Amino acid sequence: MEDWKRSRALFAAVATAPLTWLTLFFIIPMGVIWLYSFGTNAGLTEIEISGTLANYKKALEPLYLGIFAKSLVVAGITTAICLVVGFPVALAIVFASDKWKPWLLLGIMLPFWTNLLIRTYALMAVLRTEGYANQAIGWLHDRFGGLLTLVGLPAPGAYEPLHLLYNNFAVVLGLVYVHLPFMVLPLYAALDRLDRSLIEASLDLGAGHLRTLLLIVAPLAAPGIISGIIITFVPALGAYLTPDLLGGTDSQMIANVIERQFKRANNWPFGAALSFLLMYATFIAIAIQALKAKQAEKRR
Amino acid sequence: MSDKTPIISIRNVTKRFKGAPSAAVDDVSLDIMPGEFFVLLGPSGCGKTTLLRMIAGFEIPTSGQILIDGQDMADVPPNKRPVNMVFQSYAVFPHMTVAQNVGYGLKIAGIGADEIRSRVAEALELVKLDGLDARMPDQLSGGQRQRVALARSLVMRPKVLLLDEPLSALDAKLRAQMQFELADLQDKVGITFITVTHDQDEALSMAGRIAVMNKGDVAQLAAPADLYEYPANRFVADFVGSVNIFEGKLTLDEPDKAAVDCPGLGKVWLNHGVTGAHGSNVWVALRPEKIYLHVPGEGKAVRAAAEDAPEGHNFARGQIKGMSYLGDITLYEIQLDCGAMIRVSRPNLSRHDQEDFTWDDRVSMHWRADSPVVLLS
Repeated sequence: MEDWKRSRALFAAVATAPLTWLTLFFIIPMGVIWLYSFGTNAGLTEIEISGTLANYKKALEPLYLGIFAKSLVVAGITTAICLVVGFPVALAIVFASDKWKPWLLLGIMLPFWTNLLIRTYALMAVLRTEGYANQAIGWLHDRFGGLLTLVGLPAPGAYEPLHLLYNNFAVVLGLVYVHLPFMVLPLYAALDRLDRSLIEASLDLGAGHLRTLLLIVAPLAAPGIISGIIITFVPALGAYLTPDLLGGTDSQMIANVIERQFKRANNWPFGAALSFLLMYATFIAIAIQALKAKQAEKRR
Repeated sequence: MSDKTPIISIRNVTKRFKGAPSAAVDDVSLDIMPGEFFVLLGPSGCGKTTLLRMIAGFEIPTSGQILIDGQDMADVPPNKRPVNMVFQSYAVFPHMTVAQNVGYGLKIAGIGADEIRSRVAEALELVKLDGLDARMPDQLSGGQRQRVALARSLVMRPKVLLLDEPLSALDAKLRAQMQFELADLQDKVGITFITVTHDQDEALSMAGRIAVMNKGDVAQLAAPADLYEYPANRFVADFVGSVNIFEGKLTLDEPDKAAVDCPGLGKVWLNHGVTGAHGSNVWVALRPEKIYLHVPGEGKAVRAAAEDAPEGHNFARGQIKGMSYLGDITLYEIQLDCGAMIRVSRPNLSRHDQEDFTWDDRVSMHWRADSPVVLLS
């Protein structure tokens, strides 16, 4: 068969449509926003591209840097929780029987098929003051109080509902909920490829399960762990809806600030600068990771 | 074997996998002595690997007991058993160097770095891998990876080394060489080896004793030569080596002679008695290399060679239907006059021996009275 790369006409015909699409609806709009980041508001809707760096200077003010830092911390905590929770889940699916495996994977995938807004509102119904979480804890609290009076101890006071919603806790919980599948799937893919006899060999040589996990399973699953971290951290960093709906006044993340510039504040140039600052940071992080992976490859 | 207590004692062990129609290992009892080179031989699915994995602790027996050095292993996990295993896939850790692989078990055991270094060097020398300490597994050949796996187990100084199909992934030349090396190594370190294999040549060449397994049962337990020359039943006769089997009726059975009348082969004479009921159905097994082949009418040679059997016994005629020249021997498929097929192999003692017979030649055959084996099952 002819090498498809040599047939230029065919290659061009196949590539033209997607390339045009990407150029028209991705590269050009992004370029426009990038140019805006060097501009100033000239009127209500007009933006003058003046080549100024004032927007970036403003974006690097402590107020915004603080929000950047906070977003990094929230996304970091989210990723860490996803890794700690997701690893055993992925491991459990790998070692589940063939009969159960597809159903467990389906369970992981199912949230993907549900609208993010619906999932977030469902979480709100669980977490609000009169929500299911508080109802359940309150019920347990009352039963426990009843037990205490039964054995003659003074009953505890009436149940004070916990404030589970509109704070950083709710934001992290929501982000973990949304991003867990992103962590589990690459981990599952990496662990499933692992030769079982390597685990058995480690056990055979005297290592317990924990040491086998740390010395054999984790290093061999490292590519999956790294891609899981990136694929979770990057969208968590740019999360908008979750902190908007579940967060309180002090839990806004960088995406909420950016949104405000484009809408209420009507300061597109500044919003553009913030957006691109976020993008630069992400790209640099991914580039460093790729570089390290290459170095590790070379060392072998 | 001065020590009379078995190093491994398998007592009535049965393993039934969930959902499987029959037991993978069915009420097996075996005693393996210290310093033995023991081989579990059988076709795939006969339960040999399951039995090995139960000794290692990766499978739990459904019932029965496994003792290692007199200790019941029922509640002992794999990482606490005094045995080590060489896996069929070698299971060399791909992210560690050769030295790290070999030293893994010692490091886990909390042994000091200096001792690890010297014991690793010693083990690598033993398997002839000295100088490759710093290599990564993907820079090694299949044979070298296997040596790493061997060294990694031997360095632990286990009481028993378990080998799961150790040679199956090697090419023929290397396999033949490794057979000798493994036997040699076992001699040197004095550790009990238990090897699982489906390859009868491998088993015969390396083993001190062989347990032939079939459908979860031990079909026969014997030394290699006994297994080949005195198979206990049709399964063993057929699985170990190549064999012609004919059904017949026992017509004579005395302490020093016996005769079987086989409709397919003719009258078979044996120079020893068999313990079967007179007139009962038996099977006669005759190895292809134990049959002499000659041109019909060469009566003198026939009589001379067959004089240990009465006239008309241990003799057959037929026509060559197929032959394959294998270099050292030539294999003939011969249709006997009664219609049955028989396989005969003939060593090519001179360069032109294979030219003596060709397709459709009429031939006559005979065999000695101590060659056939009578099988009762």
